[in-house]
Amino acid sequence: MSNYLDISKVSIDFPTPQGPFRALDGLSLRIRKGEFVSLIGHSGCGKSTVLNIIAGLLRASEGGVALDGKEVNEPGPDRAVVFQNHSLLPWLTAFENVQLAVRQVFRGRMSRAEMRDWVEHNLKLVHMAHAMHKRPDELSGGMKQRVGIARALAMRPKVLLMDEPFGALDALTRAHMQDSLMEIQRDLNNTVVMITHDVDEAVLLSDRIVMMTNGPAATIGEVLDIDLPRPRNRVTLAENSAYNHFRQQVLRFLYEKQRKVVEMAREPDDAGASGAASRGGVAGLVHRLGRRA
Amino acid sequence: MTSISRQTGLKPWLRLVGGGHRAVFPRALGNVLLVPLAGIAVFLLLWALAAPRIHTSLGAFPGPLDVWGQGAALLEEHAAERREEQAFYERQRARNAERQAMDPSYQPRLFPYTGSPTFIDQILTSLMTVTAGFVLASLLAIPLGILIGLSRTLYRAFNPVIQLLKPVSPLAWLPLVTMVVSAVYVSQDPLVPKSFITSMVTVMLCCLWPTVINTAVGVAGVDADLNNVSRVLRLGWTTHVRTIVLPSAMPMMFAGLRTSLGIAWMVLIAAEMLAQSPGLGKFVWDQFQNGSSDSLSRIMVAVITIGAIGFLLDRLMLAAQSLASWDKSTDLR
Ligand SMILES: Nc1ncnc2c1ncn2[C@@H]1O[C@H](COP(=O)(O)OP(=O)(O)OP(=O)(O)O)[C@@H](O)[C@H]1O
Ligand SMILES: [Mg+2]
Repeated sequence: MSNYLDISKVSIDFPTPQGPFRALDGLSLRIRKGEFVSLIGHSGCGKSTVLNIIAGLLRASEGGVALDGKEVNEPGPDRAVVFQNHSLLPWLTAFENVQLAVRQVFRGRMSRAEMRDWVEHNLKLVHMAHAMHKRPDELSGGMKQRVGIARALAMRPKVLLMDEPFGALDALTRAHMQDSLMEIQRDLNNTVVMITHDVDEAVLLSDRIVMMTNGPAATIGEVLDIDLPRPRNRVTLAENSAYNHFRQQVLRFLYEKQRKVVEMAREPDDAGASGAASRGGVAGLVHRLGRRA
Repeated sequence: MTSISRQTGLKPWLRLVGGGHRAVFPRALGNVLLVPLAGIAVFLLLWALAAPRIHTSLGAFPGPLDVWGQGAALLEEHAAERREEQAFYERQRARNAERQAMDPSYQPRLFPYTGSPTFIDQILTSLMTVTAGFVLASLLAIPLGILIGLSRTLYRAFNPVIQLLKPVSPLAWLPLVTMVVSAVYVSQDPLVPKSFITSMVTVMLCCLWPTVINTAVGVAGVDADLNNVSRVLRLGWTTHVRTIVLPSAMPMMFAGLRTSLGIAWMVLIAAEMLAQSPGLGKFVWDQFQNGSSDSLSRIMVAVITIGAIGFLLDRLMLAAQSLASWDKSTDLR
């Protein structure tokens, strides 16, 4: 079971008008069953691309992915995805959104009543029982994300793939969601691949943190084992020296080894204005430093 | 405390009549009732002033009062016609009863009344034709829109044809439709008159396109993330269309249907006029041919009726549109 999810030498080229663009180059990663892995890296390095290849939504140009001994070549409910912007169907209630997934996955294996119970069970798991029959536009951002997670969990996937699930939430809600996720994870022990931008989140939740180099042709820079005991508590961890050591290692990777070039000039309406010039100055400096390192 | 509860009690009412949060009541009332009424009054005044100055071969152009008078006359004619009809059937029934009393083996027969259609009859005919044409067009346009919205290839194939046919005026279609209907729709005892079919098909051909195009655009514009959800769930084609594509295209589709119905109504009047098929268009044409001193007033009554019905049809579609829209935050108007 040491390689439940096996990503081997994955490369991908996107066709662009300037010719193929190699976003990932020879990325390999093995994930154990029940492991919680975070992918961290600067914006645009290719984290979502990795996740989409695992999900089967994108095809690798070279290399491949195998899950539980089977090659992945199309999307399927055994690799449930929690998208960054919830992507619930706006015309269905929270309950119906989860129900759609449950019907599709357990058709013929569960009776109607069992399905209803299973939908409710999963919504309770994410503390959404009170607002089951509300539509997405009546829910807050955090609640929508909870429903998205419930929908993914309800598919009883082999791997749960999460693309910055809490990226759009405020700090307090985000902390709540992280605690909920840890709680769920303690009970279900899912195999999870989560993308994040947040160093604290990565250290708090993960068994392993995979740090990606900057693109183009991104690959894995370093892998960090987080052997902090569970259950973890964000308050007590703050004074834990091991925790702080891990944080520091991730920060060092991101801000020293893989210093990101802030590409202001690429943004379309940044051409004129003195603001751009001054920001460009800082970015330019960072860029030069980065090149030298 | 009391002031708050009074405020909240008043709010829905204020909103109902269209006032803002801070609007005092009389002002809200003014915005919703008085301003439009003033607009109508100014229009009527300008009309009344201008009308006597326009001289035609049938006398001066009718003013609002003449038109009002003819409107009332048309309603009275309709009522008279109905009375006549009733009297006709009563006479027949009485005669039949008489003959049966004399000869028990007599099979009673009821001859249909064949009076000329009144203004109200023409309105009903027009409404029926426009409904038939519009429903037929929608039944064709929605599936076609979904298909070309889902498939880039089909879209590329159909788009030039659609763009070419879209701007064609009903007047261009009409002769062709008339000839084809005459050739194809041959029956000794037709269920519906040929003229009805001709108008209906013309209406259909003209009001097809907004629905096709809007449905296609709505279908093609399904959120990429929702498509990914569908792929992850491995939804089958029909489930995918039913649960994801159709609901997300619904607002666009209804916007298209609304435009289509507006076009259908406009086209119908022109088609009836030109094809001499019963309806409001024919009423206008008959009055024009008639050339009596009342004709212009009567045509004006028809014009206003056509406008009012067009407006009502649009409101009806708007209501349907907001019922079908899952995104309640959009402001439909
Ligand atoms: N369909 C595509 N066509 C061309 N280039 C693409 C496509 N999808 C992604 N890319 C490029 O691949 C690189 C990686 O993109 P990706 O979305 O995976 O980044 P990311 O790490 O998820 O960024 P973020 O943290 O901002 O979400 C980027 O440079 C992006 O421009
Ligand atoms: Mg991303």
